[in-house]
Amino acid sequence: MSDVRKMRVLIAKPGLDGHDRGAKFIARALRDHGFEVVYTGIRRTPEEIAAAAIQEDVAVVGLSSLSGAHLRLFPAVVEALRKADAADIRVIGGGVIPDEDIPILKDAGIKEILTPGTPVDQIIKAFEDACER
Amino acid sequence: MTNKEFQDWQEKELDKSISRFPERKEQFLNHGADEINRLAIPAKVDKKYLEDIGFPGKFPFTRGVQPTMYRGRLWTMRQYAGFSSAAESNKRYRYLLEQGTSGLSVAFDLPTQIGYDSDNPLSMGEVGKVGVAIDSLADMEVLFEQIPLDKVSTSMTINSPAAVLLAMYMVVAEKQGVSSTQVQGTIQNDVLKEYVARGTYIFPPQPSLRLITNIFQWCSENAPSFNTISISGYHIREAGSTAVQEVAFTLANACTYVETALEAGLEIDVFAKRLAFFFNSSSDLLEEIAKFRAARRLWARLMKERFGAKNPASMMLRFHTQTAGNTLTAQQIDNNIVRVTIQAMAAVLGGTQSLHTNSKDEALSLPTEESVRTALRTQQIIAHESGVANTVDPFAGSYYMEELTDKIEEGAKKIMAEVDQAGGVVACIENGFIQRQIENSAYDYQQEIEKGERVIVGVNKFTVEEEGKQPGLRGDPGVEDAQVQRLLELKKRRNNEKVKETLTSLEIAANREENLMPYISDAVREYATLGEICNVLRKVFGEYRG
Repeated sequence: MSDVRKMRVLIAKPGLDGHDRGAKFIARALRDHGFEVVYTGIRRTPEEIAAAAIQEDVAVVGLSSLSGAHLRLFPAVVEALRKADAADIRVIGGGVIPDEDIPILKDAGIKEILTPGTPVDQIIKAFEDACER
Repeated sequence: MTNKEFQDWQEKELDKSISRFPERKEQFLNHGADEINRLAIPAKVDKKYLEDIGFPGKFPFTRGVQPTMYRGRLWTMRQYAGFSSAAESNKRYRYLLEQGTSGLSVAFDLPTQIGYDSDNPLSMGEVGKVGVAIDSLADMEVLFEQIPLDKVSTSMTINSPAAVLLAMYMVVAEKQGVSSTQVQGTIQNDVLKEYVARGTYIFPPQPSLRLITNIFQWCSENAPSFNTISISGYHIREAGSTAVQEVAFTLANACTYVETALEAGLEIDVFAKRLAFFFNSSSDLLEEIAKFRAARRLWARLMKERFGAKNPASMMLRFHTQTAGNTLTAQQIDNNIVRVTIQAMAAVLGGTQSLHTNSKDEALSLPTEESVRTALRTQQIIAHESGVANTVDPFAGSYYMEELTDKIEEGAKKIMAEVDQAGGVVACIENGFIQRQIENSAYDYQQEIEKGERVIVGVNKFTVEEEGKQPGLRGDPGVEDAQVQRLLELKKRRNNEKVKETLTSLEIAANREENLMPYISDAVREYATLGEICNVLRKVFGEYRG
């Protein structure tokens, strides 16, 4: 058994926010870097995202939100994964997220929060780390 | 050729315009009391000049849509705002009006934009976040309390459910004693760009186009001063398109709306003059100025040559501009004030009719009152101190500017022809052609930044370590519960029999070919909620899934 899970990730847009320029860029950059990437499209519920993550057998879910709804939606995805017995799938979040929200999200089980201006290499690294067992 | 054409323009266009709308000042003087020339023109006005550049207020409108431009009236300083509850937003609007803003621009929250009530499970976490939550006429009444709708013009960023919000606005005006014929403003109502860039679609394209045409028709009869659509390149650019793609896809969408309205039997010169546009202004100053000039000329030509418009007002591309949100950085946020200044300057030099300037802190959160004031002050400084508002289209005749204007027009025409050949806008949305083009441009741009080929000051060059960022404005976390409570109380208070009746009538009309505006207005008057009205339409029209 390898100690690295396969590099397969889901990029998802929870809630009603349609800004997916960032999500699409990350999806493509990860793909160019050798990841297998599934992008959900916009306006998905936490339950839909958890179901897609399980069905696609990904190691990591990357969530993007720019509407300010992250405090409700990101933990809801973690919770939906846990309920579906898939707590081993790790969750990373990104978007317009105020600094003071980061510890709250991490406490809720989000592994990493990436904010605007983060270089793409650092983002790729975060996904690689999250893929590791 | 001599300047006979110039004299002609002075007599036929300029004098007429000044006699109706005098300029802001008797004389425009520089420091030193020299008179500032209203309109500089070449020594020799030749055929090419007349065809491609011409005079302001005259076809092809390259130099602007009015003969005196900002010497007559400054652009409308219109700051997009709205958050939390209707009462909170009402306070912000009244503050902006006190500070000298000249028109309102309403931001709705995402549930409102997608036709969900605040108590819908899909609204969770989004209520009152990116704009104000409106569930029914009751909220709209609070939103415009003590704001006289015969005096203030209002722009509303609402698309798929535009007919419902328009009806609510008109009913509020009616209750203030203001007739719909006096009401001024704009609804965005541009659903095609929602499928490719912005994401707040509800229904599939065809019924959406029907709703839009219903609004064109209803307004031409009932609210002739209201702009029935704001065809938007802004979000296409924000999604990552180039300047040329922004022009091309926006005008391609515009042509689709025109064709749909013509097919429904509307007269071009009746509805076309109420079409408005909305563009982005990014940081490449000269390219942006050229873009606005090119878009104006291309639209004038399309309206005249392709659609046979006769009234010059139908050929005028009037537009609102917002500075480019995607260029704001979370790092060294004061730098954003400089970016916004350059972008606002481009919009003014490009001849915009109204302008929103972004606030410096918007990459972090909703803007604070203080940063919104600075953004507004930026416009006021450009208007009153920079001097650029004292002469018309000062870049005309610059070799570079004219060459770039030509190139952008040509480039946009080429892309529009590709879309036409591939079956038109709706087909190109459904097969993803337009989305892919935008995505590719966005990816290339970001790669340039990542590789350092494109410098973003404070992000990939000239960086500093920053201490914790200042906390921005937070919406009230209690707003969602309070809004749901308001909605529950409304549903107890209103006449539910009447609500049911009006919704049933709406459903019957939607199944026929009738104009839906009167039916929606009836339901709105009875305090049917936005979600209830949209659910009737969902049932008849179906839902679009991206």
